[in-house]
Parts: sequence; structure tokens; C-alpha cells
Amino acid sequence: MKFLKQAKVAGTIVILAVLAGCAGQVNEEVTAPAVEPVVSKETASSASTNEVDSSAELAAKAKAKAKAKADAAADAERATAEKIKSKAMAADTLFFFEFDRSDLKQDALNDLDAHAKYLTADRSAKVRLEGHADERGTRAYNLALGERRANSVTRYLVIQGVNRSQIESVSYGEERPLSLVRDDSGWLRNRRVELIYQ
Amino acid sequence: MRFIAIAIAIALALPAHAELVIEITRGVENPIKIAVVPFQVKSSGAFDADLARLIESNLERSGQFRRVGRETMLSLPGPDDEVFYRDWRAIDSEYTVVGSIARDDDGFLVRYALHDVYGERILFAERVPGDSSSLRDIGHYISDRIYESLTGLKGIFSTRLLYVTAERRSEKDQTFKLILSDADGGRPRTIFQSSEPILSPAWSPDGSRVAYMSYRAKRPGIYIQTLATGEVKRVTSFPGLNSAPSFSPDGRKLVLTLSKDGNPELYVANLRTGELTRMTKHFAIDTEASWSPDGRSILFTSSRGGKPQLYMMNVASKTIKRVTFNGDYNSNGAFTPDGESIVFVHRTAKRFHIAQMNLITRQISILTETDLDESPSVAPNGTMVIYATSNNEKSLLGLVSMDGRVRVRLPSVSESVREPTWSPYFN
Repeated sequence: MKFLKQAKVAGTIVILAVLAGCAGQVNEEVTAPAVEPVVSKETASSASTNEVDSSAELAAKAKAKAKAKADAAADAERATAEKIKSKAMAADTLFFFEFDRSDLKQDALNDLDAHAKYLTADRSAKVRLEGHADERGTRAYNLALGERRANSVTRYLVIQGVNRSQIESVSYGEERPLSLVRDDSGWLRNRRVELIYQ
Repeated sequence: MRFIAIAIAIALALPAHAELVIEITRGVENPIKIAVVPFQVKSSGAFDADLARLIESNLERSGQFRRVGRETMLSLPGPDDEVFYRDWRAIDSEYTVVGSIARDDDGFLVRYALHDVYGERILFAERVPGDSSSLRDIGHYISDRIYESLTGLKGIFSTRLLYVTAERRSEKDQTFKLILSDADGGRPRTIFQSSEPILSPAWSPDGSRVAYMSYRAKRPGIYIQTLATGEVKRVTSFPGLNSAPSFSPDGRKLVLTLSKDGNPELYVANLRTGELTRMTKHFAIDTEASWSPDGRSILFTSSRGGKPQLYMMNVASKTIKRVTFNGDYNSNGAFTPDGESIVFVHRTAKRFHIAQMNLITRQISILTETDLDESPSVAPNGTMVIYATSNNEKSLLGLVSMDGRVRVRLPSVSESVREPTWSPYFN
């Protein structure tokens, strides 16, 4: 619970920092005086003792504080990343299509979003998309169809912010069926794109 | 003494390809009845082929002949002067083939003659030398000679087939083999093997090389393999599709499908210079190109009309005309050797059949009645089409005559056999 709260606070800080970053020059001037009084107050209360010592102490304290803040932020970031990753790992990796079609079905989008979130959060993550077709129709045409299906998934992921370089795709056409059942129930399972983390 | 020789002939003729039993599901109304008498063996030693059986099976597979069973023969003559026409008329044999195999210094000498039973004369007789490894070749040669003499058409028994088999243990654990065999399925030989799919085998016009698609390092590429040496050369391996190669009639170019520019498009690769020329430009699928025998046109499958249909491109001008209008799935077309017709996969009533279309009259005839029929390839004499089909859970190869009147099912060679491709003539 405490951890969550911390994460939330840290999250807010991160967002603010990002916003600040976006705002640029103007914001820096505004935030500068806000920090100043805190430092000057502490300096005043310890002015009677060793000035050199106290300033060093203060610097160390500030440093520790900043480090804790940063650590918390990093922890939170890690936690968020972990969450995004586990969500992606739990998401479906098989996406199905209609006969001779390569447009994505509506029910594929939630799972693809989870993969897209992870892939945009972790730019080192890579996926391989394997496009497939059912056995009906001719083999070379089905190879092209499998590629179109993989391309549909690629396009969707790229629109969600995934880098093109994180995706590798290949078509196997009808050569690698999941199901050997020769009716609609089997064919349904074979018209698919498989998403495989590399 | 004669009967002893015959007994040896039968005993020594090992049925090496006994599994190749042909099943004729439909034949012509009046096939030519022919008796092929077991060849007499005039020396000791085993042969790995029963020549008479090979010849009668070849002829019967054409659908134009029916064999006269050995068990009905009243005598088993070897020399021509022992052929009594009366005996053959009695069992309704129109033609009778007799022959012998003799060992000589260099190998073997096969002698045979074709007798016209009702004309009571020898149509022709021949001596064919060879070694034991070429006995099947001799059998195919004799089959061609008999077929040509009685039908007036060039025989296709000495040609070859190329096909792909797949052994599956699981979705991702399969063994694919590219197999070269005799036209009757005999002497199958694996010429390339991979754990990744092998697709679209295609013959060079002189029969010396084959092009195919395979995946190496998980990426597809088009390769050309020289049959005599086994040497393999990569033609393309671009990102995306590299598929469906087809040689130009002069053997210098390959038309193929690449999607390196975003969409599956047709390209022509000059095999000498390596130069690539883009032939199509459309956001739809363009693939399965096949060069016309005169080299002027390319037939291909395109989904530019919304559904896969066949289109014809003029190679010089790159202008494109739609060819098929009947049905919502017409694909994988190939020309007949005379260039006047095409064969292709046609879907009707949700089933996939092999169909033929005359390019002049635009008349379509459906040749097969099984389902999931695909990969039609025409024999070099234009009489038969070989294709892949399925029967229950098994896939197998079928033959159908160009007029649809003869249908032959070839015995299964593997649990999954696909993409049969008929070779050109080798001579």
C-alpha cells in the first residue's frame, strides 16, 4: 500500500518533470526561486556552528534526498514497466482473420494494445510476426495473404507508437497449420498471425 | 526350357515399385487393349525392374490403354515367331508386346517387338542397349515408342516429376523435401531437404535446373539448383516475399514475386546480369506468374478486383487484361504447351477444382471433382494435368486428361505431397 502511494507520488513527480521539460526555458525560471527559500532557511538555522561543515552536511543531505527521490522514481518506473510487461505477456499472441481477408478483427485490438504499450515502453523489446493462411486456395497466393495479415498487425503496432525496427515479419502461408482439422473449425484457427517475442 | 526362362523372368523381376498401383477412377470409352508379355531373361542375374509391368502401367496411366492381364494370357512368348495371333484375339488383345533381356559385355541388351494382333504383323521391333541402372529408363523409352506408334502423340513416360513432401511432427517441427522422380513416381530422390517450408518448384525449359523458394536463416529466398551437380545459387532474398518463380521459355529470365517495395509485385530477374525489372504496380496481391510458351505473355493471379482472379500481361508493353470472370476464386494458372489454353484452380460451390480455359473461345471446363485440388501442371505433350488433391486426411497426386475424360489417382508417396511439377522433354 505504502509502495503504491510512493509510486503514485513519484509518478506525479515524473509527470511534472516531463511537463516541465516540455515547457522549457520559462519554467526553469519559475521553479528556481521555489527551491531557494528552503535552502536559505536551513542555512540560517545552522549559521552559528561551523559554516563549512554545515554546508557540506547540507549538500550531502540534499544529495541523499535527491537520490531517494530518484530511486523512488526509478522504482516506480520499474514497477510500471513491470506491469506493462506482465500485461503484454498475459495478452493473446494469436490473431485470427476471415477467409481471404487481412483486416484485423475488433477483438484483437485490446491484446494488440497491451503488446504495443510494452513495445513502446521497452524499445529493446523485439517481436517476430508470423502470418499464416488456411489450406484453401493456392499456396503462393496464401503466402502473400499471410504476409498481408502480418502487415496489418505491423501497421497497427506502428500506429500505436512501436518502432518499425522492433518488428520482424515473415509469412508461412498455409505451410504451418495449427490445426489439421479440415473444416471451418480447423481453418478458423489456421488463418492467423502469431506474435512471438524474440 | 522356355518355361524355365519365363519362371526366372518373373521371379527375378523384383517388384521394387510395387506400391505404385494406379487407380483409374475414370477412363476413355474405348481404350486400346494391349498385352505386354513378361520379358524373357536370357541370362542369369537379377533385374530391379519388371519391364513388362512398367510398360503396361505406363500405358494404362495415360487412360488411352487397358492392359490385358497376365493371368489371362494363353502363352508367354518371347521370340516373335512364337506369337500366335489367334491366342491373342481369343483374349481380345489388340496389340501384343514381347521382348527379352540378355546380358552382354557392357551391360544388357533389351529386345522387343510390337505386334498388331488383328493386322497379324509386327509394327516394329527394336534392340535397346543399356546397363542395369538404366533398365527403368529403357522401360520408359519402350513405353514412349509404343505410345507414339499407336496414338500418334509424343510419349511422356521418360519425363520427370518434381514435388514437395512434408512430414509433420508438430506445427513447428516438420521436414520438407523436394523430390525428383520418374513420371510414374518411381525412383524418388530427395534433392533438397529443410525443416522450413519449400514452395513453388519450377523447371527450367531444358530440364537441367529447378527454381524453388525456401527459407534459409528463417528468411525466404528463391534458389536455382542445377540437377546434374547439385549446385545451388541464390536468386533473391529480399525482406518480405520472394516467391512463385517461373522461367522464361529461353531459360534466361525468371518471373517472380517480391514484396520488398511494400506489396507483392511481379518482377523479372535477368539470370545472367542479375538485373531486376518491376512488372506490376498495384496495392493488391500480384503473384503466381507463369510465362507463356511464346514468351510474350505472363499469366498471373491478382486480387486487384477484390478477389483472386487470373490476369494476362503483355511482357513488352506491361498492359494487363483480366482473363477469368466466372467464380470468386481463380488462381495459380499455367499454360498448355501449345499456348492456346490455361489450367488453373477454380472455386465453385465452395470447392476447389482444376479447370481449363480455351483462351480463344473463353470456354471453361472443370476437370476434377475432388476438393482442395491445386497446383495444376501440364505434361509436355499437353494430354494430362498433374495436380495435388486430398482424400480424407491425406494429400495425394492426381492426373486428369485435358478433356477431363481420364482421371487417375497416384498412390500416396507421403502423408503430405504437394506442388507436383511436370518436367519438359529432355530430348
